[in-house]
Amino acid sequence: MQSHTRLGPKATTATSLAASAAKAAGGGYRVETASGTPRTVKLVGCSIVLLFVLLPMLATRGLLQELIFVFYMLSLAQFWNLLAGYAGLVSVGQQAFVGLGGYLLFALSNMAGLDPLLAIVIAGLVAGLCALPTALVVFRLRGAYFAIGTWVVAEVYRLVFAQIKQLGGGTGTSLSVSAANGIVGIDWVKALFDVKTSAARDIIIYWAALALSIGTVMLVYLVLRSRHGLALAAIRDSESAAESLGVDNFKVKLWVYMITAVGSGMIGALIYLHNARISPDSAFSVLDWTANVIFIVVIGGIGTMEGPIVGVLIFYLLQTYLANFGTWYLILLGTLAIGVMLFAPRGIWGYISARYGLVLFPIRRRLGVRTDSG
Amino acid sequence: MTDWLDTIVQGVLLGGLYALFAAGLSLIFGIMRLVNLAHGDLIVLAAFVILSAMTVLGVDLLTALLIAMPIMFGIGFALQHFVLNRTIGRDILPPLLVTFGLSIIVQNALLQGFSADSRRLSGGAWETASISLGHGLVIGAMPLLTLISAVLVILGLNVLFYKTSIGRAFRATSDDPETAQLMGIDNRRIFSLAMGVAMMVVAIAALYLGVRANFDPTIGPARLLYAFEAVIIGGLGSLWGTLAGGVIIGLAQTVGAKINPEWQILAGHVAFLVVLIVQPRGLFPRAID
Repeated sequence: MQSHTRLGPKATTATSLAASAAKAAGGGYRVETASGTPRTVKLVGCSIVLLFVLLPMLATRGLLQELIFVFYMLSLAQFWNLLAGYAGLVSVGQQAFVGLGGYLLFALSNMAGLDPLLAIVIAGLVAGLCALPTALVVFRLRGAYFAIGTWVVAEVYRLVFAQIKQLGGGTGTSLSVSAANGIVGIDWVKALFDVKTSAARDIIIYWAALALSIGTVMLVYLVLRSRHGLALAAIRDSESAAESLGVDNFKVKLWVYMITAVGSGMIGALIYLHNARISPDSAFSVLDWTANVIFIVVIGGIGTMEGPIVGVLIFYLLQTYLANFGTWYLILLGTLAIGVMLFAPRGIWGYISARYGLVLFPIRRRLGVRTDSG
Repeated sequence: MTDWLDTIVQGVLLGGLYALFAAGLSLIFGIMRLVNLAHGDLIVLAAFVILSAMTVLGVDLLTALLIAMPIMFGIGFALQHFVLNRTIGRDILPPLLVTFGLSIIVQNALLQGFSADSRRLSGGAWETASISLGHGLVIGAMPLLTLISAVLVILGLNVLFYKTSIGRAFRATSDDPETAQLMGIDNRRIFSLAMGVAMMVVAIAALYLGVRANFDPTIGPARLLYAFEAVIIGGLGSLWGTLAGGVIIGLAQTVGAKINPEWQILAGHVAFLVVLIVQPRGLFPRAID
């Protein structure tokens, strides 16, 4: 596949590595995931996380709200990257699961009176369940057709939710005050930081968003380092070669699709817990939850874990300084993404890592000659 | 009974419009296996080109179309030549992402230039003219003309494909790009020409889009989905199949709307998903992909 040229030599080796891995038991080679994360990277990473956890002590409410946005866009970008950059599932319909998660949150907390944080988890799981029948339909389409097929399905979800009168129909609905302010631990946060209910709510949502984005990054990292990650890389390089080496392509893709749906559903629930208002057009918006996410991943660098992080920072800066220009801002964003795709298909991080050999998340596999007795 | 007959006739006629939306998409797919996510937005762009020709030059609808068609050909040719040809390859990601970005750009450029107001193309007396078939069954002239145009466009494309030397080059490139190139065909030029032709079809589709209903810069993606559904239902690579696919979507929408006006669009999408489950390769598949 073309990915050879796009992703360079590492792509060519993935399928052959799968073969070598099978032989490794008897042969003189071993496959290793590059190296462990360098200790400095680990230390810096942990310090940054700790800093973010403690940030509500210092930060203004405005900053926290902007960071909530950055965190959930980062999570969505990581999941889309896993789908498109690794599993070869270029979905233009992830808004289906974001919207589904959002609506489930409203149904569970407004109507069933569940605690919103618990509702986020359940919303994610239900979104994952909905992904199963969805996948059985859209997986019949390949490549580019899969992309538009997922978009059609997302439209179906939007139109169906617009029909449910209990959830506000086409105009949408608001989160009830008791549900919005009834998050577990809100009194504790109010007392701890000496803030009003609404600010305490933001702090809890901020922590939840932080936890979700860290969880997402760790999950994607662990998946890619596992043997399933090797299977994914093999599928990305050549579906038929992967299949012939015993990778169950359908099963691997289905799992990735479902995990991504669970994640996107939870993020959607969190987004609309924060917004406290939902409507079919915003919840199932292709621009907000898929186009922007694609731009983030492409500009940052598709097929790398660092790419979405770089991309979300650039997206945040552009949004902060240019969003007032409205249509011009979106024209610029689209042009930037096209330019990157045409002239630097590995994105900004691809350029940086090729030039300086920098890797924050070692997920590549290398073939080493066995030096030990085995 | 007449009620339902009327619904079915209207559905078939609406299918003509969707077949026109889809013909360009089907053509592009057939020749270069490219799925253009900006297709719907390019239809809307063409509608604005026609509108501008009418308001700026003060010409009538048909003259405006004749002006818009070469302009759209030029836009299509340039788009393929300067942008999309760079993305053609075995990797599906670049063409998808580039056309997706293009969709956002076209939409917002139109919003910038023409605002979000709803527009309509004035078709004069044609708009209200109708033909009575008796038993209370009335057919609008415009919907009928749409279906006839769809059939003519597909006939014309088939003639172009099978009776001309450029059509032979189209088919050769479609069958085997490498060998076609060895025979002295410049694939990239063929692709650019094909996109130009597709955009001329898009201009015709845009005329009917604008005369039959209001349009604004944001309605493109929905047209892309209808067009795509028609192509998949018909079977990839078959232009007559695309016409059948358009009719099925049109029928599903009018029947859905008859049961509950809010179900129109949903019914079309559901019909598509049902065909996908029952007959994943479409009704009249030709290409293998």
